[in-house]
Amino acid sequence: MSTANSHSHNSNLAHHFKSLDQQFDAAKLGVWLFLATEILMFGGLFVGYIIFHGLYPEMFAEGAKHLDWRLGATNTLVLLLSSFTMASGVQYAQTNQKKKCVTALVITFLCGCAFLLIKYFEYSHKIHDGLLPGKFFSNHEAEHANLAMYFSFYFCMTGLHASHVIAGMCLIAWVAVRASKGQFNSEFYTPVEGVGLFWHLVDLIWIYLFPLLYLVG
Amino acid sequence: MAHGDQNQAHHGHHITPIATYAKILGLLVILTILTVAVARPVSGFDAGILNAGIAFLIASVKAAMVLAIFMGLKYDKKIHLAIFISAVFFLIVMFTFSVLDIYTRIHVESTL
Amino acid sequence: MATAQVVSEKNYLNESKGLWSWLTTLDHKRIGLLYMVAVLTFFLLGGLFAMLLRVELFAPGKTIMDASQYNQVMTLHGTIMVFMVIIPGIPAFLGNFILPLHIGAKDVAFPRINLLSWYCLITGASIAFFSLFKNGVDTGWTFYTPYSIQTSNGTTFVVLGAFVMGFSSILTGLNFIVTIHTLRAPGMSFWRLPLFVWALYSTAVIQVLATPILAITLLLIAAERLLGIGIFDPKLGGDPVLFEHFFWFYSHPAVYIMILPAMGVVSELITAFSHKTIFGYKAIAMSSIGIAAVSFFVWGHHLFVAGQSEVAGIVFSFITMLVGVPTAIKTFNWIATLYKGSIQFQSPMLFALGFLFLFTIGGVTGIILATIGVDVHFHDTYFVVAHFHYVMVGGTLMAIMGGIYYWFPKIFGRMYNEFWARVTFVLIFVGFNVTFYPQFVLGSMGMPRRYYDYLPEYTSLNRISSVGAWTIGTGFLIALFVIIHGLLKGKKAEMNPWGAKTLEWTTSSPPPHENFINEPIVTAGPYEYR
Repeated sequence: MSTANSHSHNSNLAHHFKSLDQQFDAAKLGVWLFLATEILMFGGLFVGYIIFHGLYPEMFAEGAKHLDWRLGATNTLVLLLSSFTMASGVQYAQTNQKKKCVTALVITFLCGCAFLLIKYFEYSHKIHDGLLPGKFFSNHEAEHANLAMYFSFYFCMTGLHASHVIAGMCLIAWVAVRASKGQFNSEFYTPVEGVGLFWHLVDLIWIYLFPLLYLVG
Repeated sequence: MAHGDQNQAHHGHHITPIATYAKILGLLVILTILTVAVARPVSGFDAGILNAGIAFLIASVKAAMVLAIFMGLKYDKKIHLAIFISAVFFLIVMFTFSVLDIYTRIHVESTL
Repeated sequence: MATAQVVSEKNYLNESKGLWSWLTTLDHKRIGLLYMVAVLTFFLLGGLFAMLLRVELFAPGKTIMDASQYNQVMTLHGTIMVFMVIIPGIPAFLGNFILPLHIGAKDVAFPRINLLSWYCLITGASIAFFSLFKNGVDTGWTFYTPYSIQTSNGTTFVVLGAFVMGFSSILTGLNFIVTIHTLRAPGMSFWRLPLFVWALYSTAVIQVLATPILAITLLLIAAERLLGIGIFDPKLGGDPVLFEHFFWFYSHPAVYIMILPAMGVVSELITAFSHKTIFGYKAIAMSSIGIAAVSFFVWGHHLFVAGQSEVAGIVFSFITMLVGVPTAIKTFNWIATLYKGSIQFQSPMLFALGFLFLFTIGGVTGIILATIGVDVHFHDTYFVVAHFHYVMVGGTLMAIMGGIYYWFPKIFGRMYNEFWARVTFVLIFVGFNVTFYPQFVLGSMGMPRRYYDYLPEYTSLNRISSVGAWTIGTGFLIALFVIIHGLLKGKKAEMNPWGAKTLEWTTSSPPPHENFINEPIVTAGPYEYR
């Protein structure tokens, strides 16, 4: 009978796995399960959004008028581009192209920065106009009595999303550093793949947030 | 039997060409422009009650492309797809029953 | 290999020494024990609050505390028992220890995440307890809006604490699913998994799919309190009933997070102490999955009198009845397993049989409460309190006790004192019925739950109930001494003291660091008795 010790040693292989393949499968399954929890967590907000949108369509239309769809669309394109570079980064890791991999990851990171920068301008504009959630709402031109709720949804959804963008950027920075040290190759690229999946999910959520928040009416 | 896993072939991880990713990016950009183009606040195009539906539909097509190609579900193990679908399914369950309550409640005697 | 093997020199307990080695351990067995220490501590606390509540309710009017203190103690009892004891109780403590042994793995798939989940529990609990310095919390463990938005500042901390503890639950569930999928020993097909593993798998599915909704709900409550976002606040156009939908979308499946692993433990106990192959293996396994699936469709039965529409109420009432089907499948199969078995009444088996008896009462009263017309009368009375204590205490805690005694020799390599273990069973079982049976009667007489005071005509039944509660308390205290005594003074345990057939009994007691000296190769199902 064989024991674990008879298997090949590899610094990337944890002691309780038999092969890198088994470890890769486990990691990927874990990432997907984690993504499922993320989908459900954001989904809760979406469910609330759709219910209240159905109840108060005029309020949501009025709220959307206060948002600049150009900025939203730009951010959508930024995130789509970043998803492309992220996917490419994984592919370069898979094919042992270290330099290209690092470049792709850095561009992805910069796209994240651009997204946050645009978001920052949008937020400061809203804050200036008093278009704030709940009890901080102080815009006097509001027609709908509960317009504050629209901005509650706006800030909760984009805020939660932005926190995921920040988390994703930290993860991308981490794998970029590891990639630059040459720690990934066609045999072992699990962290890049996992971070990539997470980043695509962040993009996926924005794909829905953009029309729902900016373009309804 | 115990040595079986050593002989196991490295089941090839799928590698998608960068060109495919680029094509998908192009399609996603086109669809984004389409979303904006059919939005009433932007273009004045109005499909009435279908407005939100159209926006949601386009978003879902985009999401499907991201999932299938960028996230690799098309070539991946089916269990990952199953996990994704079950998450969406239970979300729909939550939505359906909450809406069932709220709408049957409001239309009977609006106290909300 | 078959000869009784006394404690081997090296095992996971003496692998490394010192508190630090425990706090940084990545061994699933040690993390299981960390959970044990945490859960037992919380259980003592929650139990203490239960005792105080029953002292207060011994007589009408003020006995030992005033009304607002009562509300806080009641909230603490509920929050601790639900979030810190019953939810992590079986999966994170017994499951963590047993799951990899059951499937012949060296560890769970993600040992670091496993440790992280324990720290999430501890951090979350600490945040929650911090509320005690912020005027406490008096919302009950359900945080219903709009009251939870208006009441004391402590609520924010409990809500955020529960949010963090939710991560603990998610991470444990995620870890278990991946472990079961990827780390089974050669030959361990899905149909050869022990039923405890099937139960943990179903539980993990619920943990992963339901807990995120709790997370967002609690975040929204925190946002309501800090920003007044108005989604659940009728003053601002929100809907408080929507909060109940969100909350129970998690918390009803969470009830099955609490009971499914208990059912798994009982499946193990009944077949082991009947020395007979379990009856209806596939039916029991599939009914675990069935319960997990149905659990997501029934939450509205908590809202029958909350302002939910009649249509939704009728739909939920009907679907709720369906939970009875897979549950009954399990119960009948357990009874069929007992039939013509060579039954031994050791203390784990006593707890399993106690489970069957009490859980059946809890389950059947659940069907009564699912009937919408009856529920309108019973809702928020002591009938409901009795019902869910029959399920949670009579079900889950009985199974935890049975499981602790059953796996005690494997976990610690020592035997506990059988006589005193049986004494704990008698005290807990009798005390339990004395406590909660009268509450069915009180509830049907109309005594509302959560109230500080009651009418004089309810006095005698409340007194019986309080005496019963102290009996349970005594039983659990003795159980604690049985555990400590066994730990320190118990005689050395053999490899397989019960003659059970699952894999954990083929390794030494306690197991070595990586569980098995040689990786086991499975050639048969888990319960090949006769």
